[in-house]
Parts: sequence; structure tokens; C-alpha cells
Amino acid sequence: MKTLTIEEFARQIRSKQITAVGVLEQCLERIRTEDPRLNAFIFVMADEARRDARRADEELDAGLDRGPLHGVPISIKDLFDITDTPTTAASHVRDGHVAGSDAVAIARLRRAGAVLIGKTNLHEFAFGTTNEDSAYGPARHPLDPTRSPGGSSGGSAASLAAGMALATLGTDTGGSIRIPAAICGTVGLKPTYGEIPAEGVVPLSRTLDHVGPLTSTVADAWHFFHALRGDTVLRPLAPSAIRQLRFGIPRKYFCDLLDPEVRRSFESSVDALRSAGATIHDVEIPNARFIATIYVHIVFGDAAPYHAAALETMPARYTPAVRLRLEMARYVLAEDYTRALEGREVLRREVDAALSGYDALLLPTVPIPAFTIGTATVDLNGSKEPIRNITLRLTQLFNITGHPAISLPCGKTSQGLPCGLQLVGTRGQTDQLLHVAAGVERVLSV
Amino acid sequence: MTIQDWLQAAIADAERRGLPELKPLLEGLAQSTTLLRSAGFGGSANDLPDPGEDFDH
Repeated sequence: MKTLTIEEFARQIRSKQITAVGVLEQCLERIRTEDPRLNAFIFVMADEARRDARRADEELDAGLDRGPLHGVPISIKDLFDITDTPTTAASHVRDGHVAGSDAVAIARLRRAGAVLIGKTNLHEFAFGTTNEDSAYGPARHPLDPTRSPGGSSGGSAASLAAGMALATLGTDTGGSIRIPAAICGTVGLKPTYGEIPAEGVVPLSRTLDHVGPLTSTVADAWHFFHALRGDTVLRPLAPSAIRQLRFGIPRKYFCDLLDPEVRRSFESSVDALRSAGATIHDVEIPNARFIATIYVHIVFGDAAPYHAAALETMPARYTPAVRLRLEMARYVLAEDYTRALEGREVLRREVDAALSGYDALLLPTVPIPAFTIGTATVDLNGSKEPIRNITLRLTQLFNITGHPAISLPCGKTSQGLPCGLQLVGTRGQTDQLLHVAAGVERVLSV
Repeated sequence: MTIQDWLQAAIADAERRGLPELKPLLEGLAQSTTLLRSAGFGGSANDLPDPGEDFDH
């Protein structure tokens, strides 16, 4: 379904073609008809959303304009605290929880006038990329409900792709925004580490967790990102001229294991950018083969202490697979965690070096398209790869290093399943990455 | 602690805690840790100087 973009919404509400209440009701109707087959929402906040949409319309009528997100219905991954509502993290471990205050990101969205439509499904505690392990059942792909929407922000991506919200708020610890964005055919932005506060968000790894938006377009991601930053002065998105852009492609490791159709989509996108005048060269991350082990030791070391008490007192409340992985995490030795932190610094320097002289790195987002729910492994280049490993393979590096990264739709497989193109920018320059991404989006959408 | 010692201790502890199904996961983690240690990130107290380096001190 074609979802109204935030920019279209902003134009139409100000010209009185639509109202916040009217668009909200359309989203609620989509939820009523589509969510039974997609399971994207853990709960819908219809009453609160109607109240907030009415207020948004009244404020505009009274001349109070909160900016581009004013009146926009947005879904929220159920890791974020919203005052007086449960934050389930898709786990029965959290049964009975009610948030006493808004997460920082939620408070900023409210100040920007967003209408919070409900809390979306996710992989339990965001500790997985398939969304299969959720206390509330798996979220499903809008184009084919037998397939996963990716994860961990899978319910969020499904809610956006199915037109149940105009945008959605997610988190990304190893790719949990970018993976479902790529698999569901939306834009997903992981800003620079620390740029958006994670206070009031159930943590997976406080050193890897990032907060960011999933949207229909790069321009929408720009508006959403600036609202999350709490910016009150609006700055325009300025799509970069492709002829002036230089891209590096880290082919070794990152293009070694790709589904043939994902590879074709990626190479077609690279060809299109080159034809449009971009300069593109291969670059290298010399220690790329250590990315997965560094990631595992950091995320395990960070997650274990948060879950230790609950694993002792209420282990049966976890889904079995997440419980086992968290139990495994408790066995990581301090010396190996520290080795991983040392490795993180090495990788950070290598990504900085790879970006030197380039505006962004270009690589696919996920090596495979949407996969059938229940799939354990996938065959690539003659080897059986676990789904979890392969889905994280191209995204987790930039959680380790903190570089901003964005996934854009870049074509579809012969079965009509979306593929994602990932752009990675310089740390602290998320705005610049968005300018570049907007230029790339123009080329790819022709 | 060597990885083999760690793995044996971890599997024994998991079994004692009624979690024998952790064994294959811990074996996978051991492989990952072996790779991590092979990288030598952060150096080691017994690192030998480069043979070509002048270490007359």
C-alpha cells in the first residue's frame, strides 16, 4: 500500500485537504483490517491517539504549528517508555510493568506534535533479527505473511509498510532498524551513536543501542531525526548532487556472501550511481573477519548483567531461544569482553580510514531478502549460514563503531521482495549522510 | 583460562543448572572466542619485539 509521506501529510494538513483526525482514522482502519494477519502491534492506543490528533488539529486551527511531525500518526517499538502504558519488550518478563514517564525520544516526539498510535511487536528484548521470538507471537511481512519482516523492529517496519502508521520509531543494536527496513522496503536510519538519547528505552547493549526512525522516504527520515534530536529550528534537506559524490565499496567480506538477486540489485544501484556521475572505488576493512566475534562478545557482555536477576527468578517467562542466548551470554569472560573492546577501536579506525576521501560507504543492507518464518539457515555460495548471523553480517559493524548508517530501498527480487542499499557516513555527520542519501534516493527512484 | 578449560567449566556449570541444551551454543561461542583471541587485540604481556627492532634498553 502507498503510504502518505510525512512531507505530503504536512502539506495537505496545512492546506486543509486533510486533518490529523482523518488520517489517524485511516490508519486505525488499516490496523483493524491488516493487523490480524500481520501482528505488527502489541497494543493500539486508539483513545489516546484520537485525543492527540484532535488536539493537533485544534492547535493548527489556532495558529500553533509544531513543525513537520505535527499531527503525524507514528507507531512506537515497544521498548520505549510511554507514561502510564506498559513497556513489554515483547516479553512476559515485563508483565505488570507500567512506565512512570516518557522516554526522552517519546517526549521529543510529543513536543513535535506526533500522534502516538500504538506499541509495535519486536523480537523479545530486541535480542534477535527475525521477530519470531516474541511473547506476543511473530510479526509478519506485509507482502507475504508466511515471511518474517526482519527484526528486531519487525512490527515497526510492518506497521509502516502496511500503511498502519506514517512512520515508526525503532532501535538498532546490530541492525534492528536497517534490517527490517530493507526487508520491508522502507527507509531506516541509525544515527551516530549517542546522538539520540536512549533513556527510557529497555536496553539490550548500552554501548551498541541506537534510537532512530523508519520512514517512507529520506526526507521523512530527516524530519523525524530532527524531531528526535529536539531541534526547534527547521533546516532544509539538500539532496547532494550525485556528480560531486565519492563512494567507497568495501567488497571484501561485505559482498562475499550475498543472495544472487540481492547482489544484482546492489550492482544495478552501483551502476546507476556511476552512470549518474558518482565516483566509486573499492575500499577495505582489513579486520572485517573479526566483526562478528567482536560484536558477539560486546553484546553478550552488555546484555548479561541486565538480565541476570530475571534469568534466576523467572526464566520461564522468556521465550526459550532468547533465554538460552542470554544464559550463554553470562559465560563470557571479562578478559574476552575487553579484547572485544580493543577490537572495537581497531574497527573504528578502519572504518574512519575507509571513509577518508569518500562521502559514504556503499554496501547492501541484508544479504538475503525476506525469509520464511521458521527458517534456521540459508545456503549461500555453497555454505549453510545461520539466519541470525547472515542478517546481522552487513549492519553490526556500524553499531560497533558508531558510524551513522541508512538503508534505502534499491529494487526487488523476482518474487517482488524488497532489497536494501546501505550508506554509511562519517561519525557525527548524520545530517551530511542524509543529504547524500537524498541524492542517492533521487537516482534510484528514477 | 584457556578456552578449552573455560568450555569444560561452562558446560559443567550449565548442566548443574539444568541447562544441558546450552552445550552446542557454548561450543559455538568457544569457536568465536578462539577467533577473537587469535586477533591479538590489545596486545599481550609476552608479545615478543619485532626481530628487526632495536631494543637495546
